[in-house]
Amino acid sequence: MVTRVAATREDVLELLKAVKDPELPVVDIVELGIVRDVAIDGDAVRVDVTPTYSGCPAMQVIEHDIVERLEMRGFTNVTVRSVFSPPWTTDWISDATKRKLREYGIAPPVDVAEADGVDQLVTIRRSRPTVECPYCGSANTEEKSEFGSTACKAIHYCKSCQQPFDYFKSF
Amino acid sequence: MSNDDLFEYLLRLGDDRLVLGHRLSEWCGHGPILEEDIALANIALDLIGQATLYLHFAGEVEGKGRNEDALAYFREEVEFRNLKMVELPIGDFAFTIVRQLLFDAFSFLQMQELQKSANSELAGIASKGYKEVRYHLRHSSEWLQRLGDGTEESHDRAQKAVDDLWRYTREMFAADEVEERLHAAGIAPDLRMLEPQWRTMVADVMQRSTLSIPSDVPPLEQDERGRHTEYLGHMLSEMQIVARSHPGAEW
Repeated sequence: MVTRVAATREDVLELLKAVKDPELPVVDIVELGIVRDVAIDGDAVRVDVTPTYSGCPAMQVIEHDIVERLEMRGFTNVTVRSVFSPPWTTDWISDATKRKLREYGIAPPVDVAEADGVDQLVTIRRSRPTVECPYCGSANTEEKSEFGSTACKAIHYCKSCQQPFDYFKSF
Repeated sequence: MSNDDLFEYLLRLGDDRLVLGHRLSEWCGHGPILEEDIALANIALDLIGQATLYLHFAGEVEGKGRNEDALAYFREEVEFRNLKMVELPIGDFAFTIVRQLLFDAFSFLQMQELQKSANSELAGIASKGYKEVRYHLRHSSEWLQRLGDGTEESHDRAQKAVDDLWRYTREMFAADEVEERLHAAGIAPDLRMLEPQWRTMVADVMQRSTLSIPSDVPPLEQDERGRHTEYLGHMLSEMQIVARSHPGAEW
């Protein structure tokens, strides 16, 4: 018999901080901005989540972990609902979380006033954000590919310490 | 505008992305360089993810208890609503990149407009896809410039791909009654408005890539949704065999 300890929205959010993105084990789903809302009704709780990328395979694991975590704490009726609007953005990642990413070896998203103009999307000579190497801090880095080990990361290379690294791309 | 129209439209959106995503996934392990292998697999994943969302919604709209898996794995070839262009075999790398560019430019404009759809669920799904397709468009347009303005061989292969694919592009803008009714209801964009924007964008990339758009290509005889080339059936038999051999299996 498990005694339910959490009853308020804030308590549930606190519990959800134990759920990590399996691809980014240093960051929890609340600080990543995936959890959009929590609604409690007696023993039932509904968690609204928004996917990062449409095909992110981590979402299934995350939904499973949310249900498991809350059931472990006594909620008997846990539902996870996907919401798509407003779409997830890396702008929701706080500075403290960005520091965690950097310490883990992933360059955090750089705020770029990305021109919405089509021109930026079709020219090879587009402007690229300056991404600092998470290992040595050098800005002497280059983009190798905008697609990396997971949907949310790009591959960059540091020309100072000659180390390839992941960049959590601005989205 | 009826529920049938919306269901049909969601199948079009979902099937274009499912079939193209599946084709792209054939590159996994065969990319010309490692980074590109990873990029193509990532884009395939985005497309299949988008397809999942559209087909899931299609199943809800239909209201017959079919989910995205039922629609992907248990429909027959004639029930698929994708463009013929996306079902063609992957060809060489140039063919794959040219096709991506032609589709990405279309998808970019489509998603941009769909974000304003009167159907809020559809608008939400499109707003996510819009962000993804920006990355896809940048990928395909940059590669096309490298290939077109690269070596003699890469240029010739890219030009051949443009010449071979061009006749399939008209189907993207073939507005039938379903599209007309959905546009009138504020749900879908006006394809006649998208076409000139698409032409301008594609012509710009072609010009940067030193490639030319063929002018005297005969259009397909049947450019309407639901007609297929000989290639889709073969692709589906491979894509659907596991789900059909083990109905109800989950993994």
